[in-house]
Amino acid sequence: MIYRETGQFKSTYESDQQLFPILQDRIFVVGFLVFAFGVMPFIGSEYLFRAILVPFLILSLAAIGLNILVGYCGQVSLGTGAFMAIGAYSAYNLAVRVPDLNLIVVLLLAGVFATVVGVLFGIPSLRIKGFYLAVATLAAQFFVDWLFARVKWFTNDSSSGNVSAPPLQLFGHGIDTPAQRYLFVLAFVCVFALVARNLVRGAIGRSWMATRDMDVAAEVIGIRPMMAKLSAFAVSSFIVGVAGALWAFVYLGSWEPLAFDVNRSFQLLFMVIIGGLGSILGSFLGAAFIVILPLMLNQLPGWLGIPLSTALISHIEFMVFGALIVFFLIVEPRGLARLWAIGKEKLRLWPFPH
Amino acid sequence: MNAATSRNLTIAFFVLLAFGGASPMVLGSARFPQWLEVVLGGLMSGVLYSLVAIGLVLIFKASGVFNFAQGAMVLFAALSLVRLMEKLPFIVALAFTIAIMVAVAWLIEYLVLRRLVNQDPIVLFMATLGIAYFLDGLGQTVWGSDIYTLHVGMPKEPKILLEGTFEGGILVSMEDVYAAVIAATLVGLLALFFQKTGTGRALRAVADDHQAAQSIGIPLNRIWVIVWSVAGLVALVAGVIWGSKLGVQFSLQLVALKALPVVILGGFTSIPGAIIGGLIIGLGEKISEVYLGPMLGGGIENWFAYVLALVFLLFRPEGLFGERHIDRV
Repeated sequence: MIYRETGQFKSTYESDQQLFPILQDRIFVVGFLVFAFGVMPFIGSEYLFRAILVPFLILSLAAIGLNILVGYCGQVSLGTGAFMAIGAYSAYNLAVRVPDLNLIVVLLLAGVFATVVGVLFGIPSLRIKGFYLAVATLAAQFFVDWLFARVKWFTNDSSSGNVSAPPLQLFGHGIDTPAQRYLFVLAFVCVFALVARNLVRGAIGRSWMATRDMDVAAEVIGIRPMMAKLSAFAVSSFIVGVAGALWAFVYLGSWEPLAFDVNRSFQLLFMVIIGGLGSILGSFLGAAFIVILPLMLNQLPGWLGIPLSTALISHIEFMVFGALIVFFLIVEPRGLARLWAIGKEKLRLWPFPH
Repeated sequence: MNAATSRNLTIAFFVLLAFGGASPMVLGSARFPQWLEVVLGGLMSGVLYSLVAIGLVLIFKASGVFNFAQGAMVLFAALSLVRLMEKLPFIVALAFTIAIMVAVAWLIEYLVLRRLVNQDPIVLFMATLGIAYFLDGLGQTVWGSDIYTLHVGMPKEPKILLEGTFEGGILVSMEDVYAAVIAATLVGLLALFFQKTGTGRALRAVADDHQAAQSIGIPLNRIWVIVWSVAGLVALVAGVIWGSKLGVQFSLQLVALKALPVVILGGFTSIPGAIIGGLIIGLGEKISEVYLGPMLGGGIENWFAYVLALVFLLFRPEGLFGERHIDRV
């Protein structure tokens, strides 16, 4: 009754092409952003920022990056953790070796480094596809893991292999409190989500999707597969690299290569599958799901009064994840984003279904 | 790139590989017996990679599913066996473990594969990722997550061979020799099963063409259960050998991940490819670790196999013996 497009006429091309064509959607998004930027920093608890919102936002960003590659361009990657690591370590090296650099510049340059490596490891995608490519990206994962663990230059000769981010400063102001960190990350995520949303509905996004659906057919209608695939690898690893740098600097603070191992890659892939392949909103939903689920699972035995050891809980977590992946693939292969879309469709007709 | 160039490039790759393998000796940085030891060790661990890879190829051929859960199945089988052996004699425990693996195969078919017919291969692949996670969690929840030692009566003592020929002889782990013999027997049995039995013939028919096989009355669902059971048994053998060598523990899973570069090197659809691929990967990995590792800081075993496979794929995207794939619009 409330949510419908009746009476909203589009009289210009601009209004036909806008991001959210339905007025209620626009109101909702603006309201949500106002709440996230204006209200949340004042009402959220420290735990909420530190344990839920900041990791959720950063992992959403990484999931958006991965979704561009897997969901929009159809190139399965098991090496996302590696690109996050490249972002994190290049940000670290830039911050340590060029101390005067602005934090935003550091993070963006970290993304640029990840892009270069991403394109490099994307080159095989021109010759190989599908599973072969998935295994090839594992090469990136294990190589990068090894590189940052063994080559001391990258960790500034730290003896334990552990590195710490310098104190975060932006234009002379420190970013110390959880609320400030949250706002900083939120701003990044909003900008990148907007950019990604516009990329995927533009010409370049269409070429990605054509390549995904059938690369030979895409080539026949004049899409250059090299440009499409490599640009997807570039954009994806740029976003993933920035997310990695944020993860290291804002969330972890100090970290070791293990923070970006192959399990991180799988985790991100799960987010994208559960959230919805080929959907920016799905990246957020998937990230929220995967961040919140372990917290719930940790709490649940306590609420029910069954004492379980942490090791057992982590094993059960594995089982639940595995079962959920299979469940989602069977019941709704297009993920939470699809459920959201179905809900919206239903809402448009409600309460008069005819 | 036409077939001739592709073949030449493949040959060039192998010549390079052979040079790479022999170079430590030629350059004089290694003694021959020591080099031989490294080569033998590499080939032996290659045999074990092949074992996991064969399981992958079996399933891929019969159902077109790239089974990421093969490593998890290896771990699960080994864990089940080792924990059952604490209570039961070896033969009974083995029988129970086989029953468990068949049950797992049936459940996977019934709960997952049957519901995902006609989906994209990539969706099925991700489903096996989920299965892998589930089996990992289940195995450790039910059986515990410590490191267990597995004794199945394989000799642990290394033997010194060819003492007369070389000074000091060469050290060969008898365990590896046994493993190689078991693996060879298994491959022989599988070949017999596929060539001589009716079920094996049905499996090959399904591998060739699902629809044609179904139209002549081969029950696809039952074939899938059989294939996954066979893959489960291969996983059990691999798990026993790996487990008695390294102890049954979570890291078996990572070792099993090494089967992935093996299958892409050998080609997804070829059992001989899996064997040769395993040998190449095992050999390349050991030689690079021993002679190249010290220069690069060690630990390159972790990624060498993947990079080797990646480089090879650039020359021959369908692997050594894989079927050439022709895309049509």
